[in-house]
Amino acid sequence: MPPSDARAAPALPPEKSGRVRSLVTPEGVDLHLVLADAGERATAFLLDAAIIIGCLIAASIIILLLALAIQGVAMELLGILWLFVFFGLRNVYFIAFELRTGAATPGKRALGLRVASRDGGPLTADAIFARNAIREIEVYLPLTFLLTQRTGVDGWIVLAGLTWSGIFALFPLFNRDRLRAGDLMAGTWVVRAPKRRLLADLATSGADDRARFAFSSAQINAYGVKELHVLEDVIRRGQAQVEAEVAERIRRKIGWTGSEPDREFLGAYYAALRGRLETRLLFGHRRKDKFDV
Amino acid sequence: MPAPILKSQRFRQEREADWSQLDRLLRRIDKEGPAALDDRQLLSIPVLYRSALSALSVARATSLDHQLVEYLESLCARAYFFVYGARSHPLERIRQFFLTDWPNAARALWRETAAAGLLMLLGTVISYVMVLHDADWFYAFVPGAMTGGRDPTATTAFLRSTLYGGQHEALSLFAAFLFTHNAQIAIFAFALGFVFCLPSGFLMIYNGCSLGALFAVFVEKGLGFQLGGWLFIHGTTELFAVTLAGAAGFRVGWALAFPGERARAEAVGAAGRQGAILMFGVVIMLFVAGLLEGLGRQLIVNDWARYAIAATMIVAWSAYFYWPRREASDAAV
Repeated sequence: MPPSDARAAPALPPEKSGRVRSLVTPEGVDLHLVLADAGERATAFLLDAAIIIGCLIAASIIILLLALAIQGVAMELLGILWLFVFFGLRNVYFIAFELRTGAATPGKRALGLRVASRDGGPLTADAIFARNAIREIEVYLPLTFLLTQRTGVDGWIVLAGLTWSGIFALFPLFNRDRLRAGDLMAGTWVVRAPKRRLLADLATSGADDRARFAFSSAQINAYGVKELHVLEDVIRRGQAQVEAEVAERIRRKIGWTGSEPDREFLGAYYAALRGRLETRLLFGHRRKDKFDV
Repeated sequence: MPAPILKSQRFRQEREADWSQLDRLLRRIDKEGPAALDDRQLLSIPVLYRSALSALSVARATSLDHQLVEYLESLCARAYFFVYGARSHPLERIRQFFLTDWPNAARALWRETAAAGLLMLLGTVISYVMVLHDADWFYAFVPGAMTGGRDPTATTAFLRSTLYGGQHEALSLFAAFLFTHNAQIAIFAFALGFVFCLPSGFLMIYNGCSLGALFAVFVEKGLGFQLGGWLFIHGTTELFAVTLAGAAGFRVGWALAFPGERARAEAVGAAGRQGAILMFGVVIMLFVAGLLEGLGRQLIVNDWARYAIAATMIVAWSAYFYWPRREASDAAV
């Protein structure tokens, strides 16, 4: 038996990586939420941090220029403005964005993430405040320790403080649900909520060639659902090299002698295989993979 | 296009229009907010959501089109968050916060508030006694930058001048600075509660210490009464707010250490959300305190007037939080 056909599969899909959590709606359907992984969380945060710092610099420059331009009169107002901009960016930025319907900061939105309540209920304002207040000890405290320059005994104290506060910064790495300390405290988590497009049904395009490809029953029975999904993935990606390899392997396995273009062959075989497997599904049998009879 | 041969294809073709309509509505809400939709569109969302959800169940059971199932899962999840997300009117929410949520949270945390208050008092008394006994302790309690010359070596005249010689320019800037600075500290005190209460407790004691040390210096020069007015005009509000922030931190740390019958994460979550409500209030109180300190104290130099404001504020806050009132549910009965 040749090595598994699943070699062309993409990196570990979410359902295998232990990041799928069940969320059963009141209607009784499980939505299979996928948690954001640590890398996505970190990227989203860095994006937000970049936006915050960018805004702060821009606001400072504008306020400084204004101050130089109008000399005197409204200096006090400008000073107040700057203080509130700083306070707002540090504390209000995350809260305000997560309070909106999308429950995501620009960084999270860019990565297709959102905050959700762990118990599946509505996400409340107090939860959002709680999860973001903790940033004080997750981000700003380690930063303070990092920026403190000391030597001797004080240096060791700073190092101890950095280690201690670093535990909070790296908290998401130490638990299964990738919770920040703030998530733990607020009863929230961050899930993927990507906007997917509904792509064309592959069986429809494959059906054109139904007449040209008359697979025998035995040929169609060679594979199960797992292989079907791998095949779907290969066709959707449309990389000629991979398609050629997969087509070659299927031809060999089912003993197909025709030499039609790989793409057409794969499409037709996909449509036929899916038809067969779905029929069996309707009769109550889901054929997991090619070893399942 | 040939007639579909698979049942799953027919299934998809019959419902695709509904799904894409739901998708379009959700995308618009994402971009422009729920207000952009008219009533008919808003009302259609739950209906479309339920039909998409039932389609998802059917698709999982009968269709092997992986992409379709993934699409429906993400569509349903997005719709679910919208349909079951809490969306009360902002004004209604603010009203509820001031009428019930905030005072309720303050009342529920009375034990923690008392503990935080006692710790602060303890710090005050200890440092007061110590500084009276040996003035050198002052420098251990109060960081040098904060004193502005108000240390044991200062003359009576100078100390008196710091109490009344308000610099009248840039008062509102000063108020804004005090507010942002204090609010930051309060949020920090709350966040520190997550580390099993201790740092919040230290912060309370430390805060009391600088207070006590300052009092010791002024009392020695016979200016204790005057300092009280200078401090409490905003201090009753500010110290109360800081105490509440510490209390919210205590509640979280306590739930983390002793979750009781509930799971730890659940207990911490409940405590965190309750604390967060209180913290919203604390930020508001600190805003008031910033105004009193930045403007009121500089403009009002009469000791009795200062004390009157201080007393009014503490009575008003206490009555607002702790005055017995009927619960909303009782009122209905």
